[in-house]
Amino acid sequence: MIVLTPLKKFQFPVYAECINPDVFQGKDTAEIAELSVYEGNKQKKLSDLFKIEEDGAETPTITINGDVGEVRRIGMGMKNGEILINGNAGMHLGEKMKGGKITVNGDVGGWAGGAMKNGLIEIHGNAGDYLASPYRGNSDGMRGGKIIVDGNVGSDSGCYMHGGLIKIKGSTGQFLGFHMYDGVIKVEKNAATRIGANMTGGKIVVSGLLEEVMPTFTIDNVKPKVKIDDTETAAGPFYVFLGDLAEKGTGKLFVSKANNPHLSTYEKFL
Amino acid sequence: MTEVIIKNGFVFDPRNGINGEKMDIHIKNGKIVESVNEHKAKKIDATGLTVMPGGVDIHTHIAGGEVNTGRIVRPEDHVKDTVSKTNITRSGTGYSIPTTFVTGYRYSRMGYTTVMNPSMAPLEAKHTHEELNDIPLLDKATYPLIGDWWFVLEYLQKGDLEACARHVAWMMDTTKGYAIKIVNPGGLESWGFGKNVHSIDDEVPNFSITPREIICGLAKVNKMLNLPHTIHLHTNNLGLPGNYVTTLETMKALESVATDDKPVGHITHLQFSSFGGDGWGNMRSAAEDISKYINNHSHMTFDMGQVIFTDTTTMTADGPFEYTLYRLSGHKWVNSDVETETSGGIIPFHYKRNNAVNAIQWSIGLELAMMITDPWKIFMTTDHPNGGPFSAYPKIVAWLISNKARMATLKRCHKKAQKKSLLPTIDRELSLYELAIVTRAGQAKALGLKNKGHLGVGADADIAIYNVNPETIDIAKKYKTVRRAFGHAAYTIKDGKIVVKDGEIVQHVDGRTMWLDVQTAEHVKVDEEMRKRFKQYWTVEYDNYPVFDHYVKVPDPITVKACI
Repeated sequence: MIVLTPLKKFQFPVYAECINPDVFQGKDTAEIAELSVYEGNKQKKLSDLFKIEEDGAETPTITINGDVGEVRRIGMGMKNGEILINGNAGMHLGEKMKGGKITVNGDVGGWAGGAMKNGLIEIHGNAGDYLASPYRGNSDGMRGGKIIVDGNVGSDSGCYMHGGLIKIKGSTGQFLGFHMYDGVIKVEKNAATRIGANMTGGKIVVSGLLEEVMPTFTIDNVKPKVKIDDTETAAGPFYVFLGDLAEKGTGKLFVSKANNPHLSTYEKFL
Repeated sequence: MTEVIIKNGFVFDPRNGINGEKMDIHIKNGKIVESVNEHKAKKIDATGLTVMPGGVDIHTHIAGGEVNTGRIVRPEDHVKDTVSKTNITRSGTGYSIPTTFVTGYRYSRMGYTTVMNPSMAPLEAKHTHEELNDIPLLDKATYPLIGDWWFVLEYLQKGDLEACARHVAWMMDTTKGYAIKIVNPGGLESWGFGKNVHSIDDEVPNFSITPREIICGLAKVNKMLNLPHTIHLHTNNLGLPGNYVTTLETMKALESVATDDKPVGHITHLQFSSFGGDGWGNMRSAAEDISKYINNHSHMTFDMGQVIFTDTTTMTADGPFEYTLYRLSGHKWVNSDVETETSGGIIPFHYKRNNAVNAIQWSIGLELAMMITDPWKIFMTTDHPNGGPFSAYPKIVAWLISNKARMATLKRCHKKAQKKSLLPTIDRELSLYELAIVTRAGQAKALGLKNKGHLGVGADADIAIYNVNPETIDIAKKYKTVRRAFGHAAYTIKDGKIVVKDGEIVQHVDGRTMWLDVQTAEHVKVDEEMRKRFKQYWTVEYDNYPVFDHYVKVPDPITVKACI
């Protein structure tokens, strides 16, 4: 319905939590133009930074055409509606979102879907660090909803996750699912080390290469397949590890047997 | 200099026995005087407003190593509460552990003018004073932790109280401190070896001495030195079910020290020391036993340590207690052992209504405040930030003055706590006069502050004016109006200058730092032996240890003549 086009290449970070279907609802373009944003430390109007147009289509509610890689907090806390971004998006995209859908045809910065409660985020590019993780120091991570990333993901993703699903079609950085309580993370390619550190529940599934399992994980058994959600099952076989034993040791880590021959030494403990 | 008249307010000044009389207050050169030149003076029309002395907080962790480490480990506490700068005030962050400037602003907006930082490891004294210097609008002082300091333990072990007293006097000057703080006596020294003491008669490892001897010894030392405040005591077994027995024993032990009417000890955050039961499952309030004892004795004063249902940060020198909390919560934990002096710990903690233990704790705090009949004995604190941030004081004010407010909160608490709580049986409601005692007059009296907490001639012109008209509203029924008024003072006056108007800061003033200059006949000899000890056991050389005078930005030394 509303189409935003950046008027320039942003030099400073822009904080624009007002780009949110709930905020736009019931406002005409003139009112939307007046919404306030911060560019660096200067308060500005949305129309100073974006060209704002209205088209007749019902969905998506907001379309952004252009690179908004410096624009942070798009769709923060949104409850419903849909945002489509044709370009890169900045940090804190859809943070604490409660519903609706965000689609990005590009890369996103850190904390995308941070501490989200519900809804869907589709990223057809790479994601930065802290995907779905809460703000530093906080232990209230993602509680529900779904994040799908076509590309690779940085480090510290899915930290303190309490529920929901993260599907990563590429590879991930270190500390995936750090201190995870519940929920599911699926990685179709490779994962870096320290995966699942401090986890006390939930599932992490790695279909590609995992160089090293943390020493605080213990092998439990080998399973031919693992359920991801109601509609999807990952085909194995998978080594099943329990951990992190430094905590309760009740989280589950599934690692592909075929792609990780170096983990076969664990088989003697079965 | 500026002269100010506050006209026609309802004045509550319990130290001078003034209960809501309509009168004028005259201020000249930052002091309260008999009269000023009516024509020249600036007039504040306080018609229909409540005028009280500026608030005094006897126990609030606002500066020092622990507080700063708390800030470092809690970025999530800052991100949810940010404060922008204005033309007068500076920016800052922090909900449960605000930055120094925001601490000053928030206290001042509630009408507070004097606060006491209760826990300073002597080794971190310089850091503490640097932070206190940066807290504007408030007069402050800090209590060094002396209860587990090696030299003190050695003197008490030998039974040489005079030498111990001289040493404590030297410590007050060295750390620029105000009172003797004792935290879990013996327990902190034990914590250096991973142990704790579990009663006041357990022996402290490596020292053949018991917590009882430390408490009574230092209480006697406090008397010998004529310090304005008593010993400031955080009891053994704090925060554990069944600890009220230890608290009662501690109070009984101090009976022998009291020889006249004057109190000899202050047990701080009493709520955390009044747990009954023998495990978390059957933990109950022991407010009845504790208050019964307190109502029959007058040798002690107390503060509440009220719990607020919110996300806060606990920080105390009681390292072993923080370890217990860590085992309970599994939250991030900071632990430290401060060389030969004390220990420390920090855990973020969320007090929840629907948690039985937390809800009982909330109830205990208010039960104590209500069941201890003399308001000069128990004062309002949250043990900021352990029970909750000080910015929640207006909520406690509402609970103290209104049964309706208490019941409204109790109704939303855990069922078990509702059933066990004694609050439904209590219908006492504090009047504004009593409220003035528990929030300023009583605290100033217990601290021995002659010029604070009252509005008599000669007192510092630290005044709070609240938008409450005691003639037209029933405070118990309209507790929400009072809550709002106590959160946003109509005026706060610091040293005769208007610093807050209508809940907003209008002027920046530096507060003073009070410390004791205790004059003993004979001084501690800083001899080679002492320097050698510092070289052996401290990471700091003796010469770098004391807080020099230039460290304190606006010093306000209080001279005390000791008996020895």
